Amino acid sequence: MITAERKPFEEIKESVKDYKKIMVLGCGTCVAVCQAGGEKEVAILASELRLALGNEVKKIEVNEETVVRQCDDEFMADTAFLEKVKEADVIISIACGVGVQHACNFFNRLIDGKPVRVIPGLNTTFMGANIDVGLWEERCLGCGDCVLERTGGICPIARCAKSLLNGPCGGSSDGKCEISKDTECAWHLIIERLEALGKLDSIKPVEMYKDWRPSHSGGPRKMLREDLRL
Amino acid sequence: MKSGSNLEGLLEKSEFVVTGELGPPKGTDVNVVKEKAAYLKGNVDAVNITDNQTAIVRMSSIATSKILIDEGLEPTMQMVARDRNRLAMMSDLFGASALGIKNMLCLSGDHQSFGNHPEAKNVFDIDSIQMIHMVKTMRDEHKIICGDEIEGEFKMFIGAASNPFADPFQYRVYRLAKKVEAGVDFIQTQCIYDMKRFKEFMKQVVDMGLHERCKILAGVTPLKSVGMARYMAANVSGITIPEEMIDRLRGAGKGNVASEGIKILCEQIQELREMEGIAGVHLMAIEWEHKVPEIVKMAGLLPRPTT
Repeated sequence: MITAERKPFEEIKESVKDYKKIMVLGCGTCVAVCQAGGEKEVAILASELRLALGNEVKKIEVNEETVVRQCDDEFMADTAFLEKVKEADVIISIACGVGVQHACNFFNRLIDGKPVRVIPGLNTTFMGANIDVGLWEERCLGCGDCVLERTGGICPIARCAKSLLNGPCGGSSDGKCEISKDTECAWHLIIERLEALGKLDSIKPVEMYKDWRPSHSGGPRKMLREDLRL
Repeated sequence: MKSGSNLEGLLEKSEFVVTGELGPPKGTDVNVVKEKAAYLKGNVDAVNITDNQTAIVRMSSIATSKILIDEGLEPTMQMVARDRNRLAMMSDLFGASALGIKNMLCLSGDHQSFGNHPEAKNVFDIDSIQMIHMVKTMRDEHKIICGDEIEGEFKMFIGAASNPFADPFQYRVYRLAKKVEAGVDFIQTQCIYDMKRFKEFMKQVVDMGLHERCKILAGVTPLKSVGMARYMAANVSGITIPEEMIDRLRGAGKGNVASEGIKILCEQIQELREMEGIAGVHLMAIEWEHKVPEIVKMAGLLPRPTT
């Protein structure tokens, strides 16, 4: 899943302080699971904004909305919902960066008249897994050419601080990475796993230069499935 | 000869080599390089020039190496994978070769979080083992990675590091084997204090015959003080210092710790000279370059041989 965490309140407050009608727009998928951008978090942020921005002189209105997914047109193509979007001076999207951009693009495409302003309320962090209560860890960088078959199911691109393909480096100590005692050495894990599988020999040959073109290095990526385009 | 360097020539002749290390200044002061070089000249066979060591911005390794050549010393240009992609590496290697640099060391590089620009984006396009392969391809096939021919001559003696004290211990020798497989000519190890563990490592190296496929230089660093020993053991990744060694330093008493450190080092060098598979020592006297003449003399490593 995509994980995210809320931006500092002061930053959000500063970016909406000049608006009167604010919509806080949540996303019910990834960021709801990591409790950063779901319905509950929408309510919390909206309340905080009402308390911080509203006073007797300035009347502000903070509306709360949550859609299933902001990265998909079909969950936002609702007339009543779009009407509310149109009325808002600003929308704080608490989806991941994909959702923020997609919602912004979608609203501006569908709604005539004044442009719709959408700003982010979250910082998108990574693609990761829920490891323990309240703990998520990065697991994939989306490099476009998966190596997990050769590395015992542990990704050196995402989990080694240097993305080494022939690790571990000299900084691996007691199973920990040189950058922090809280970070596991991915290569230590890979070696342990392959040893347990009796497959340590699989990493003995030199892993050659990676082709980074399928990753972001090749430019913004697109995926076209002809079979789905009828 | 792969490079025609002094280091390569001496290793070919089976001389017990001594390499030194020089950290470039955090700026443009050429005199800093010249002063440090003066202490090393005639006392070591080649000098490693660090490449933004511990991710601290310093004069470039390539420029400092050239200054060293002009001072009459032979540099070993270090190159880390942290700061350059393959384009920059190959381009710098062309430049290095054109400037007369004949030895280089392929390294991953300390993570930038250690340095003075932790907010920087790192590169790690290729890793140190792939870098070895790249330089070997350039030298032996006269081609760069994409297959294009190199215009002009390219010679290089290819080095890399090995840390016998990092984990997992049982895998370290296999990583060294991968460097050999990639085509490394010489290896310099991380600073050795734990001789027992190093001997175990070297036994594995010899059993696998790796010492016959590359030259292994044992890394040593004199301990200046008990504080330094404690600091290194706690903060430098992959360094373990046996308690007995620290006790011995402490026991030397006030004013004698540094000389005791040098004494310990000389004893280590003697032991390493007799160890199977060791072709020389890499003396890292970090910010203690002025002590190098005294150390090599005490260790019986003078005069340095010629090719």
